[in-house]
Amino acid sequence: MTDMIVLNEVTKRFLKDRAGKSEDAAAKWFTAVAPTTLSVKQGEIFGLMGYSGAGKSTLLRLINLLERPDSGRVVIDGVDLMSLSASELRVARHNIGMIFQQFNLMSNRTVFDNVAFNLTVSGFARDKIKARVMECLEIVDLTDRATHFPAQLSGGQKQRVGIARAIAPSPKVLLADEPTSALDPATTRSLLACLQDINDKLGVTIVIVTHEMSVIRRLCHRAALLHQGELLEVAPIVDGNIQAATLIGQGLVQED
Amino acid sequence: MITGSELSTAIDKLVALRPEILQATIDTFVMLGISTFAAIVIGGLFGIFLFLSSDRQFLQNKALYGMLGGITNFMRAFPFVILMIAMSPLTKTIIGTGIGPIAASLVLAIAGSFYFARLVEQNLREVPRGIIEATESMGARPFTIVKVLLNEARSGLVLSVTILCISLLSYSAAAGMIGGGGLGDLAIRYGYYRYQTEVMVFIVVMLSVMVIAIQAIGNWLAVRLDKR
Repeated sequence: MTDMIVLNEVTKRFLKDRAGKSEDAAAKWFTAVAPTTLSVKQGEIFGLMGYSGAGKSTLLRLINLLERPDSGRVVIDGVDLMSLSASELRVARHNIGMIFQQFNLMSNRTVFDNVAFNLTVSGFARDKIKARVMECLEIVDLTDRATHFPAQLSGGQKQRVGIARAIAPSPKVLLADEPTSALDPATTRSLLACLQDINDKLGVTIVIVTHEMSVIRRLCHRAALLHQGELLEVAPIVDGNIQAATLIGQGLVQED
Repeated sequence: MITGSELSTAIDKLVALRPEILQATIDTFVMLGISTFAAIVIGGLFGIFLFLSSDRQFLQNKALYGMLGGITNFMRAFPFVILMIAMSPLTKTIIGTGIGPIAASLVLAIAGSFYFARLVEQNLREVPRGIIEATESMGARPFTIVKVLLNEARSGLVLSVTILCISLLSYSAAAGMIGGGGLGDLAIRYGYYRYQTEVMVFIVVMLSVMVIAIQAIGNWLAVRLDKR
């Protein structure tokens, strides 16, 4: 299978809040992502796992350049994102959907308009927007909520609107940033089933950030284990077991 | 206590003053209408750029933010009456005259703009950061992101326009100094300089009713627009 996402030696560091005027790099900068190289295959569900502060969310944001890497290369579907102009990057982003822990729906727009918005932004044919929105709401089983506002929905429903919105322009990649962390276990299960379904039927490559081991075990084909900004290893998941090779990795995947 | 005859004299005086009250009401509406509209446009744009140039936003620029913020603070530091006098040469150049309700509208618009700019900045800051991030991740143009921000902040923005409008109504009373006319000016001229207390009381009641009405409309609209 071909690679959909290739990260080549990407790094990201942030200026510490109270860095002062120190010339010492270690005191001034916080390394969120140490040089990291990994690739995600087309149609794969790939996990980014680690404790808080492991740099997993930052690594995810490097994939669609919401955070621009300080160095390295990001290649999505054969396109080197770092080399694109601002307007070319906007076009490339239509091919990369994203969902968030806090859903980030527009609260003053209805469910329908939230999904339609992404289609408008992506330059979808105007006369086909309505049908496409309903199609996507059908996939996430929310057609009866089209005229509701986000505030009238449960957390699980909001996240499903997020998914419908993200997949509306038929992206090849879906980035999921802790999509179940604000949800209860039962809702998490149904949401994971929804993501699984999208991967099966639409062949969308999914990268999912989570600190929940169960999410990785249920959903992912492979997972990158991250620790303090470093990639420890990429572990395969076989029969719901995360097969970590390194010692720290094994410690990381052990659930208490 | 007010006796019956005193009350009827007061009413007679007010009735006799009807043309002046009518003219003053029109002047107030003209000043309020022009200056509120101009302040929304100018102050709105200024506020949007204040927000966008601030930390972590997509036009993030310390120098620009510092400059816009500095201008805003400087202009807001002026007591309104002093701003009116300071601006009179400029008013004469732009409007052709330094007096009258139109001239007063210009000064009101300037004062209102910088006031409103801060309110807009604050309102946009209330929009969750994640919404901007989600919109960016979709590949939206900066202009589209601004439209999303304004739409998410619309309820607060309506309340800010309400506050702006009421503040300008209050400022406009001082416009009498440059012959701006209006209700506040009438109240000062008749009620204070000519000791016609009943005119003062009547106009203050009129202004109160206007403030209550503006606030009620603003509140009603804000609730209707808020789907959060």
